[in-house]
Amino acid sequence: MSATTATPVVLPPTRSRLRRRWKRYGPAWIGGAIVLAWILVAILAPWIAPYKPDAVDVTIRLQPPSWAHWMGTDTLGRDVFSRLLHGARLSLLAGFSVVLLGAALGTAIGIIAAWARGWWDEGLMRFTDLVLCFPPIILALAIAAALGIGPVNTILAMLVVWWPKFARLARALALVQRSQEYVEAATVLGLKPRRILVRHILPNTLGPLAVLVTLDLGNAILTFAGLSFLGLGVVPPIAEWGSMVAEGRELIEQWWVAAFPGLAILTVVVGFNFCGDGLRDWLDPKGRSR
Amino acid sequence: MDGFIPPHALQPVPDVPVLEVKDLHTVFMTDNGPIHAVDGVSFTVGPGETLGIVGESGSGKSVTALSLMRLLEEPARIVGGSITFQGKDVLAMSRSELADWRGDRAAMVFQDPMTGLNPVIRILKQVTEHIVSHGRMKPAAARTRGIELLRRMGVAAPERAAASFPHEFSGGMRQRVMMAIGVANDPALLIADEPTTALDVTIQAQILDLLRGLNEEFGTAIVLISHDLGVIGTVCRRVAVMYAGEVVEEAVTAEVLADPRHPYAWALVNAVPRLDAPTGARLTSIEGTPPDALNPPRGCRFEPRCPFKIARCATDHPPLMEVAPGRRARCWVTADGRSLPRPTLPAAAEAEIPLLAEAPLLEARNVEKHFVLRRPSFMKPGLTVHAVNGVDIALHKRESLGVVGESGCGKSTLARLLTRLHEPTGGSVTFEGQDITHATPAAMRSLRPRLQMVFQDPYASLNPRMTIGDALAEPLLAHGRVPNRKAADERVRELLSTVGLKTSFASRYPHEFSGGQRQRVSIARALALNPSVVVADEPVSALDVNVQAQVLNLMLDLRQRLGLSYLFIAHDLAVVRAFCDRVAVMYLGRVVEEGPADDVLSRPLHPYTVALTSAIPEPGRQRVVLGGEPPSTLRLPRGCAFSARCPIAQPACEERPPLAEVASGRKVACHFPGAFAPRTLSRLETVR
Repeated sequence: MSATTATPVVLPPTRSRLRRRWKRYGPAWIGGAIVLAWILVAILAPWIAPYKPDAVDVTIRLQPPSWAHWMGTDTLGRDVFSRLLHGARLSLLAGFSVVLLGAALGTAIGIIAAWARGWWDEGLMRFTDLVLCFPPIILALAIAAALGIGPVNTILAMLVVWWPKFARLARALALVQRSQEYVEAATVLGLKPRRILVRHILPNTLGPLAVLVTLDLGNAILTFAGLSFLGLGVVPPIAEWGSMVAEGRELIEQWWVAAFPGLAILTVVVGFNFCGDGLRDWLDPKGRSR
Repeated sequence: MDGFIPPHALQPVPDVPVLEVKDLHTVFMTDNGPIHAVDGVSFTVGPGETLGIVGESGSGKSVTALSLMRLLEEPARIVGGSITFQGKDVLAMSRSELADWRGDRAAMVFQDPMTGLNPVIRILKQVTEHIVSHGRMKPAAARTRGIELLRRMGVAAPERAAASFPHEFSGGMRQRVMMAIGVANDPALLIADEPTTALDVTIQAQILDLLRGLNEEFGTAIVLISHDLGVIGTVCRRVAVMYAGEVVEEAVTAEVLADPRHPYAWALVNAVPRLDAPTGARLTSIEGTPPDALNPPRGCRFEPRCPFKIARCATDHPPLMEVAPGRRARCWVTADGRSLPRPTLPAAAEAEIPLLAEAPLLEARNVEKHFVLRRPSFMKPGLTVHAVNGVDIALHKRESLGVVGESGCGKSTLARLLTRLHEPTGGSVTFEGQDITHATPAAMRSLRPRLQMVFQDPYASLNPRMTIGDALAEPLLAHGRVPNRKAADERVRELLSTVGLKTSFASRYPHEFSGGQRQRVSIARALALNPSVVVADEPVSALDVNVQAQVLNLMLDLRQRLGLSYLFIAHDLAVVRAFCDRVAVMYLGRVVEEGPADDVLSRPLHPYTVALTSAIPEPGRQRVVLGGEPPSTLRLPRGCAFSARCPIAQPACEERPPLAEVASGRKVACHFPGAFAPRTLSRLETVR
């Protein structure tokens, strides 16, 4: 303070740090909690599920929710709750593998295109455009149908349509980084292109890519469930949310057969979206200190 | 302004100051606590007066300007003091009163002319908007006045310009439009926040003259904010020097320049390289960085860095005291009215003698670089940017060669051609006797350790995701200069101490450093592989003057200790003169003059060099204000590229003059070398 202060300086009260944080990141925390809970469920499913997911007992088919069967039973008398818990394993696994593998593939292609420029760039990007031209779910459907029913084949089919958006984003981000002076500096230091790509450009593109990965996980789970719903994802006895919804499709009276797996899909997708939004806000340098 | 603006309802009373600021306090409420950005600032600006506010980045000068206009946004708040404008309390104004007041009685011109204009509204509309919205004129009358204002601000062909969009204009032209908007309602006060920082020197000189003209002809009071005392000296009669949120000295500008009474002002004045300083001397710089804004020192805020401190400084916070009639300073040392001693110039250590007789280390012959742009439309042919158009340049061992010119003259492209970041379109480049004009990237990699580069932007030239230690160790490991990581770390510590940084910094990330420290890291990185040539592309232009002096001194030391050769790209002639043996002046992709730095800059022969040297805002300099702007690089003029702006252009200039040796070591590309001299011109004459 100046020695000649005439008016006493009164600092305005600040809102507590916690409240500001909550306002900004509250939904992300909720989303994170949902996602974490589902991951735990997926890991612990065999231990916490009250019944075996494929334990058929036609004597108790299509029972409404009760204390014995919290979410009722399906047409074959299997416990919907147990199937739901086990279904989480396949759904999350499929979501993570499609998005992470797709992101890895797409990022590699995008960064190489941005670095190489010229014909490589044109070739890779036009190929990316070609894949993007097809409606993703229909293309995945066609590929999955050609490969045959089964979770691995469905994941492969989804991968084929999944990488292009990552390639586009990674290329755009890498182009920005490429023109930064530190990349020029790395060239001047005589570093090999592969080292520059991996050590300099890649780490600086990961932030926005991580946001897309998180936001996309929900989307991938939804698509996988969609393909299963259409009968491509899994072979019948295996529990999967999409196929469970499909089973309940024609049972108007027995709403619980389709409603609970549907709710599961909804919470996972919302959870991942909240997480992704939070991550995007957190990575945005503007207003981070507010 | 041609007198057809209706008089204001509230005419300024001569005795009432236009602006009176008393004990202003502005704080930023951050997560870590309040930052006192402006901490008890007081000053008065009388009608028609000019006040400069000078200080380094973070000193609070821009926040002061924004506070004056009440343009601050959360988390910044004014928490104390008063601002009075012609007797009215600005802090008590309501939103609508503020809206009426801003742009009408008080106007502001910002630093960045590129973002200050709305890109989708035509120029004239933006100029007249304020006139109409403040109810000063009918739209039709406002249009006439708008065109008149543009003409007055020196916008070429104002009728045509009025109908243009901002993107069609250069930075200098946009700044003129911004000023036309600022003065549209004939304000009593114009606040200009670094209005020329983004501009080239010749354009800066034009804008500064315009500001002074506004003050002299219309009596507009001006508050000019700048980091450059020279800029302030050309426009403002009085100056307030700010440091760490406080005014530390306030006096007549000329007196501060001649006899600063606060050690920080002293450091500012002496850190700036001057064109008329003795050559080869080190610059005066003070060590250290500004204090932590969250916990300022208890005593004088400058005490930790002050070369003159006495015991009292550490404990007592000095008030702003009258040290001489009309002069105030916040310093215990000069409180009794004494002056600070002149800086003892460190003896210019034995001058490095460049080995000019030997074959040059790095040489370009008639090198060219043209960039082909995308076609604007399918029917039109692609455009070509002629960035470098045949440059011959040679850098000898232990030499430091400066390349100067305004933005767009091709100097940065030249740097990238010489380091082969770009491949030349024509001509040749040789390094240590090898032709590297079209060398493959693999072939270049083995040469790169000997040919290093330091970049302009200290914020972009370090990988934000790598620690300083990793960044410095990387080239050593990649080139196998060290057997293992441990040896690399050893060498990293050595490098850090070479550039005057603590060895413990190795584990930190770039964002933890200031601009000057980052630039030291960049220099350390360039030195890691023991280069023979360092190409430095504007290495100090993004730094505050004091930090600039520190970095330049470091580079001079390194040159002596390690026997380096520098190719030094800069736009600042005084910096080049302080740093270089020889200098090449570029204009539109060609060298127009070349020779010993001292010679060229004190006795320039090419009219462009004459104009450049005279445009430097040093007080007492006789100025030639060059009209116009450099021509487009899309279509090169056939004759002498400078003839369109040249004050002595003649029919002979239709033919391009070669770069010819006119005296020993002096080369000039002009048909009439030396025919244009600044002393023949009267002060402030505007050429064309």
